[in-house]
Amino acid sequence: MSVDQATVRRIAHLARIKVSDEDVPHLQEELNAILNFVEELASVDVDGVEPMTSVMPMPMKKRRDEVTEGSIAKDIVANAPASEDHFFVVPKVVE
Amino acid sequence: MTDLTDLTLAEARDALAKKKISALDLANAQIAQIERARALNAFVTETPDVARAMAIESDARIARGEAGPLEGMPLGIKDLYCTAGVQTTAGSHILEGFTPAYESTVSANLWRDGAVMLGKLNLDEFAMGSSNETSYFGPVISPWRRQGANAALVPGGSSGGSSAAVAAHLCFGATATDTGGSIRQPAAFTGTVGIKPTYGRCSRWGIVAFASSLDQAGPIARTVRDAAILLRSMAGHDPKDTTSVNVPVPDYEAAVGRSIKGMKIGIPKEYRLDGMSPEIEKLWDQGIAWMKEAGASIVEISLPHTRYALPAYYIVAPAEASSNLARYDGVRYGLRVPGKDIADMYESTRAAGFGKEVRRRIMIGTYVLSAGYYDAYYVRAQKIRTLIKRDFELAFADGVDAILTPATPSAAFGLGEKGSTDPVEMYLNDIFTVTVNMAGLPGIAVPAGTSSEGLPLGLQVIGRAFDEETLFAVAGAIEQAAPKVAPPPKWWAVGE
Amino acid sequence: MNTHAKPSKLIKGATGDFEVVIGMEIHAQVTSRSKLFSGASTVFGNEPNANVSLVDAAMPGMLPVINEECVAQAIRTGLGLEAQINLRSVFDRKNYFYPDLPQGYQISQYKSPIVGEGVVIVDVSPTEQIEVGIERLHLEQDAGKSLHDQSATESFVDLNRSGVALMEIVSKPDMRSSDEARAYVTKLRTILRYIGSCDGNMEQGSLRADVNVSVRRPGEPLGTRCEIKNVNSIRFIAQAIEVEARRQIGIIEDGGKIDQETRLFDPVRGETRSMRSKEEAHDYRYFPDPDLLPLEFDQDYVDALKAELPELPDAKKARFIKDYGLPAYDAGVLVADKETADYYEAAVKFGGASRDAKLVANWISGDVAAYANTQGLSVAQTHIRPGQIAGIVDLIADGTISGKIAKDVLAIIIAEDKDRVSGSLSAIEGSDTAAMSGSVSDPRAIVEARGMKQVTDTGAIAAAVDAIIAANPDKVAQAQAKPSMLGWFVGQVMKETGGKANPQAVNELLKSKLGI
Repeated sequence: MSVDQATVRRIAHLARIKVSDEDVPHLQEELNAILNFVEELASVDVDGVEPMTSVMPMPMKKRRDEVTEGSIAKDIVANAPASEDHFFVVPKVVE
Repeated sequence: MTDLTDLTLAEARDALAKKKISALDLANAQIAQIERARALNAFVTETPDVARAMAIESDARIARGEAGPLEGMPLGIKDLYCTAGVQTTAGSHILEGFTPAYESTVSANLWRDGAVMLGKLNLDEFAMGSSNETSYFGPVISPWRRQGANAALVPGGSSGGSSAAVAAHLCFGATATDTGGSIRQPAAFTGTVGIKPTYGRCSRWGIVAFASSLDQAGPIARTVRDAAILLRSMAGHDPKDTTSVNVPVPDYEAAVGRSIKGMKIGIPKEYRLDGMSPEIEKLWDQGIAWMKEAGASIVEISLPHTRYALPAYYIVAPAEASSNLARYDGVRYGLRVPGKDIADMYESTRAAGFGKEVRRRIMIGTYVLSAGYYDAYYVRAQKIRTLIKRDFELAFADGVDAILTPATPSAAFGLGEKGSTDPVEMYLNDIFTVTVNMAGLPGIAVPAGTSSEGLPLGLQVIGRAFDEETLFAVAGAIEQAAPKVAPPPKWWAVGE
Repeated sequence: MNTHAKPSKLIKGATGDFEVVIGMEIHAQVTSRSKLFSGASTVFGNEPNANVSLVDAAMPGMLPVINEECVAQAIRTGLGLEAQINLRSVFDRKNYFYPDLPQGYQISQYKSPIVGEGVVIVDVSPTEQIEVGIERLHLEQDAGKSLHDQSATESFVDLNRSGVALMEIVSKPDMRSSDEARAYVTKLRTILRYIGSCDGNMEQGSLRADVNVSVRRPGEPLGTRCEIKNVNSIRFIAQAIEVEARRQIGIIEDGGKIDQETRLFDPVRGETRSMRSKEEAHDYRYFPDPDLLPLEFDQDYVDALKAELPELPDAKKARFIKDYGLPAYDAGVLVADKETADYYEAAVKFGGASRDAKLVANWISGDVAAYANTQGLSVAQTHIRPGQIAGIVDLIADGTISGKIAKDVLAIIIAEDKDRVSGSLSAIEGSDTAAMSGSVSDPRAIVEARGMKQVTDTGAIAAAVDAIIAANPDKVAQAQAKPSMLGWFVGQVMKETGGKANPQAVNELLKSKLGI
């Protein structure tokens, strides 16, 4: 499988990465080089094989239902590019 | 007395315990080395004040008889580990200036045991790379040079700052992380020891995620013993990481020097690649000979799905990364590039904040998860992962105690030599290491000789899940048998 | 699924009848102290970003650890929906960018939910019951909140809700009218509240509905559906369905075609409108969250949770019918609110006595409920204690007061006890003391103290009867000709005795003295 330029643009938008027109051809080439590299996986017989969901199978540990965190609004917004009254501030979102 | 920075971590520890030196002496000696070695670009952030303050506290604890196992040991921390109050960048512009209010579990474990932080070590951006050339903060230069040449070489990656700093004696040891070989490949390139423990052995909490199901923390150190000492402090169950495993952490140092007599060492035939460098082949054969001399038996084993590990890795790792890196959106921390609306802000921020390789991997990862391709790529790759793990399980079930392979397909290469036109060329560096991540197993890289150009070469030992002790024993035997290689001359040192 | 269109449910269009087909996705906030994957509080209404942990803000390197109580709540709810509990389920990441989604993905369950198919029995009216199939229930994280009206150019993001556990409960498209949809949500909310897995508070957003609506002519295959997002009251759900069905019928009758899309209900304008801005190429790239492991538990765990479940509404209703002889509809009304049902039983059983359970039901569903309504309270929240209702019913039963006087007694309790009763009004399940504590008035005492007792002394009643007969000879004649005039005499006697005469005794005396 290989990607065309429209797909490159679609993927970039899905990933929220701006690409310029001049970026598209070489991105296409690089992505296709990688896709070409992984192509040989198609030849592996995986019939009846379970996809791995956890490398180290074990029961999932669970937390007790206790409030152990919070009340650190100052720390939460400390690194924010824009904040006001402990809110994060972003360009207006149109619903 | 030799320069304090030429001691191994174990030697420095013992000297400190006998009160021959102080923690502050050690810290000052390292700070001086670091300041002279800026040409290597090993550190993103140096923290000399933090180091001295911690060393003074260490000396106080030693005086009170409360010394921890790593008391006063100056270490470097890969800048993928979040450190409270100290900038944590992941080697990326998008996190430049980010100062977490929290400390990663693994680094906190080191401070708990008395270690001293020298600073944050350079790395490939978000740990994506095999040469440290993708760092936003510039490439790290290896302390090693080819015999009779001045060309700058790469220290490997992604933990290139860690490997270079340890090899150049800028610290007694360093933390690193390994997703596809990022501890072992740089260790092999720099003549240092690097261990990627079993997945789940070290907590991932507070370490910037690259590929969650593959990432594992581990140390890079000058000797097998030093690596064992560091790993014991770093490892341990963490209730804050669901994938961290609750098993006791043994005294790894005790395993160093343990006899390997009677052990069964597997040699996977699939690792003998077509076109393998004769130098690497020779190194491997030498390793096999050392194993036999030490009383181990050698068996050829088969890991039939080996060749699929790297392609499968380049589906799984970018897929997870594309999702893990979605949080870098300019809203809560890090870089924000203004845009005409929210979507434009996201796209501009992420285009400017991520480097080329990271953008490429995010896009590949996004593609393989997208509608219509998920089963063909991602699910298939995860099935192949099951097969890769099964290969190892069968080998170990046959009584193999450890597996010996080369660590890398070549010695260190020059800056800008690889991957500039074809990304896959760079990816092939991980061909021997990546299977271990795919199966979650522990692997250690240990120096075993030098190339014809005088550059370090390493062997890799792979073990059963949670049997790092055997790795330390086997790696210790290789270290014993291998010819001693002098550290590189300090060509970088300003003012010596 | 209902395959045959019920004529009564059809909507008349200009060109014929249409059937509306409704399915719902309910997002129910799980009742828990802390969030699904972090230890931050779930309390509503705190300062911005106060209930936010490093995990909820998706700080670099943060990892989720699941809250065991949220898992238990999902299982309990699944059991309440008579649904299949999946002993193994998987958490997936749903990837998309939005400022109130800090991770850039929502942790949800896509392919393997914790709960599979189930069913809810819904009373649509006193005479109509339907079954609504449950497709699945899964656990997922809530998003934060963006405030858009603070500034013309900026939005403000608060992550207090980010990471709170939600149960998404997906129904099958089994509803055929807004009434059915309304009854379904009401019933679902009742079940959740009985179980205690969701407080069902729609105003605070604890329960939100996405409503899928399509229309078709009877007998035709399913039409194209539109999803109305985030409807936050039961009334709006019904309105949204009505207007959306009308809109779709209008388009079809004009020869148009329905576009499958997401719409928003505007209660002010009474219309739904397209949210095309949100429609752009969604590709959520679901994959199993590698930070978590599959969620696995054994049947013993499920059985233990099942054993601890309270009696659920359907079982309680059946028991009320059987044990108290209530009509199905009356029983249904009482069990719709668990505390009302408990209140009812406390009244029936108060003091260990047995009393007319049907009469108790009438008082609670009638006068007490009416009063509660005027106060905007539930029955159990009023200051009228179950023991007082029991007392009133007992006074009627032993002939101490008439039903009419009983209403006066209740009026006194309503007026005079109100300020005296404070503290835990919900303590009605426990002892009789809680059902009628020292601070409330005993109806018997009220009756005694105010001389409201029925006069059963025939001598006193006879005197009043004689006096009235003597004073109204013309009426006596009329009554003898037309026995229905008796009522007038009864009224006069009651008036004379201040309403306290035993009506039965008055009747008998009058009949004998008038010779009718």
